[in-house]
Amino acid sequence: MAATLPVSHPIERGPAVDRTTPTGGPAPRVLRSPWADRLFAGVAQAAAWLTLALLVGIIGSLFVGAAPAIQEYGLGFLTSTDWDPVENRYGGLVMIYGTLMTSLIALVIAVPVSFGIALFLTELSPKWLKRPLGTAIELLAAVPSIVYGMWGLLVFGPILATYVQQPLQKLLAGVPVLGALVSGPPVGIGILSAGIILAIMIIPYIAAVMRDVFEVTPSMLKESAYGLGSTTWEVVSRVVLPYTKAGVVGGIMLGLGRALGETMAVTFVIGNMNQLSSLSMFEAANSITSALANEFAEAGEGLHQASLIYLGLVLFFITFVVLTLSKLMLAQMRKGEGART
Amino acid sequence: MLFSIARVSLAAALLAASSATLAQDVTGAGATFPAPLYAKWADAYNKSTGVKMNYQSVGSGAGLKQIRSKTVDFGASDMPLKDEDLAKDGLVQFPTVIGGVVPVVNIAGIQPGQIKLTGQVLGDIYLGKITKWSDPALAALNPGLKLPDADISPVRRADGSGTTFIFTNYLSKVNPDWKAKVGEGTAVNWPTGAGGKGNEGVAAFVQRLPNSIGYLEYAYVKQNKLSYTLMKNRDGNFVPPSDTAFKAAAAGADWKSSFYQITTDQPGKDAWPITNPTYIMMHKVQEKPAQATAAMKFFDWAYGNGDKMADDLDYVPLPDSVKALVRKQWSEQIKDASGKPVAFK
Repeated sequence: MAATLPVSHPIERGPAVDRTTPTGGPAPRVLRSPWADRLFAGVAQAAAWLTLALLVGIIGSLFVGAAPAIQEYGLGFLTSTDWDPVENRYGGLVMIYGTLMTSLIALVIAVPVSFGIALFLTELSPKWLKRPLGTAIELLAAVPSIVYGMWGLLVFGPILATYVQQPLQKLLAGVPVLGALVSGPPVGIGILSAGIILAIMIIPYIAAVMRDVFEVTPSMLKESAYGLGSTTWEVVSRVVLPYTKAGVVGGIMLGLGRALGETMAVTFVIGNMNQLSSLSMFEAANSITSALANEFAEAGEGLHQASLIYLGLVLFFITFVVLTLSKLMLAQMRKGEGART
Repeated sequence: MLFSIARVSLAAALLAASSATLAQDVTGAGATFPAPLYAKWADAYNKSTGVKMNYQSVGSGAGLKQIRSKTVDFGASDMPLKDEDLAKDGLVQFPTVIGGVVPVVNIAGIQPGQIKLTGQVLGDIYLGKITKWSDPALAALNPGLKLPDADISPVRRADGSGTTFIFTNYLSKVNPDWKAKVGEGTAVNWPTGAGGKGNEGVAAFVQRLPNSIGYLEYAYVKQNKLSYTLMKNRDGNFVPPSDTAFKAAAAGADWKSSFYQITTDQPGKDAWPITNPTYIMMHKVQEKPAQATAAMKFFDWAYGNGDKMADDLDYVPLPDSVKALVRKQWSEQIKDASGKPVAFK
């Protein structure tokens, strides 16, 4: 690679020499229709502003819709587990906990698996397997979420109940904290199933992004590391990952964003239960999106509807915080990088 | 050339169709429970009269919202409005068909109609007070039936729904503890159980979870051949769910005094206790009498010709006496802006 560099210089210089020949320089650029340039710039700018206006509009209408609930409960909404449409009392902690917990479980499972997939596809896989395997993983992303939901409810849930939950319950019966973590009716729906289904849904996103960024790591860097006697793991952890960390974090955030906002698949397997009676991973719970999907159509005007919109606002806020945190994390990483070199 | 001819004739046909029916098209919105029946009625009505009826099944709450803001000709709700609420909004309501809500169980070896329940026991199960099928209260109701020593998995609706309203209304009437702790509504604060989305969701849960209990619209119980329970009615009889049992419950209500009737826990030897009609709401004073006429004509036609279709889809038609009362209400109460009754014949 390095050897070819000097050769390329004279070739680049070639045309510059040619320009001085008597045929003359390039014709001066004629602005045939200056208004078209301005029009294009204007349209492009309008598109950018429109996005911003939409964002502000959505936040604004969420605030207006949620106003009655915000006035009534304030920030206490975030810490109350009461959700009682009959008595008209609302609190969002159960749904917020469900959303955060399922997304956390999804990430804990999906990130290592996606990393493995990307690593295998870029470094270890035989050439003939690369393409079919990569396509298969990308196809997983094309499966509609409702299909994942039905599969989770009808196929995966029973398997989880019979082969994971019941043995765990037998094993951990009576053990103080761990026993409580796996308690609950052995039906295979709840926070853990929702988290696992979400993990399966976001793996293709994270894996595809990771594979793409791994592939753009210059082979010169990798080859030199191999040349110095590094193992594959050392190459990946010391060369590839530092080089691609922005892309990797971006991929994980893409997956997390999808997990936080996923509605249909979660509704099917989470159990839709507005109680926070135990911290068991097998207990039915609820998430923000699933509560919205289930209750919005029949919610009466007034506090019920306002509280649901308030929940939507909270979800918006959570995604915003997650995005900000990821940007901060990246900035921090870059700073650390500068200190080291 | 062929294309343009086709296009012109299509446009002409559309134009003709729209000019013929534009004034009469009926629009309604609301409850999802009767939506399949309204769609079938609309289809048959369109074939026989050429008038279209568009029904959006957006949910009872949204349907009421739309009729209040007068964006539709009629609203539909599974939950009747109280007379004072009707008066406040200037609405009238009338029932169309009767629905029954039926508890179903999934216990190995238990056939449809084998297990007997009372409202008290059913409420205690959903309150989480009775947690095992081998509970003495269940054993006392079902002597001779071998019930497993297994945890009960209660299943209920996760979405707000008229079905839940009927079910919780019944439990509130017969289980004082339920009334105090949970109450009635299209969505309630369930103390226990897993939530399925829609009747399909609950049916899927019950079929999949061993030792579960759920509640469904009768049509879903019949179609999925689930193990329904016998319920003890107000007269003390254990009755199976059936068209006649729903009709018996509806006949017991005092329709003459008001159409605000919640027909759960009605007296009657054969009455099924968890029964309720589904309702239509219209404005008393009609700014567009032609639209009101078209809407009432549609329901008048449905009362006359729609019973067979309702039966086919496992809805229960109203008794003739109630239909006569509805027609009487139409001619007495629905008027145009000048106070003249709106015709519907």
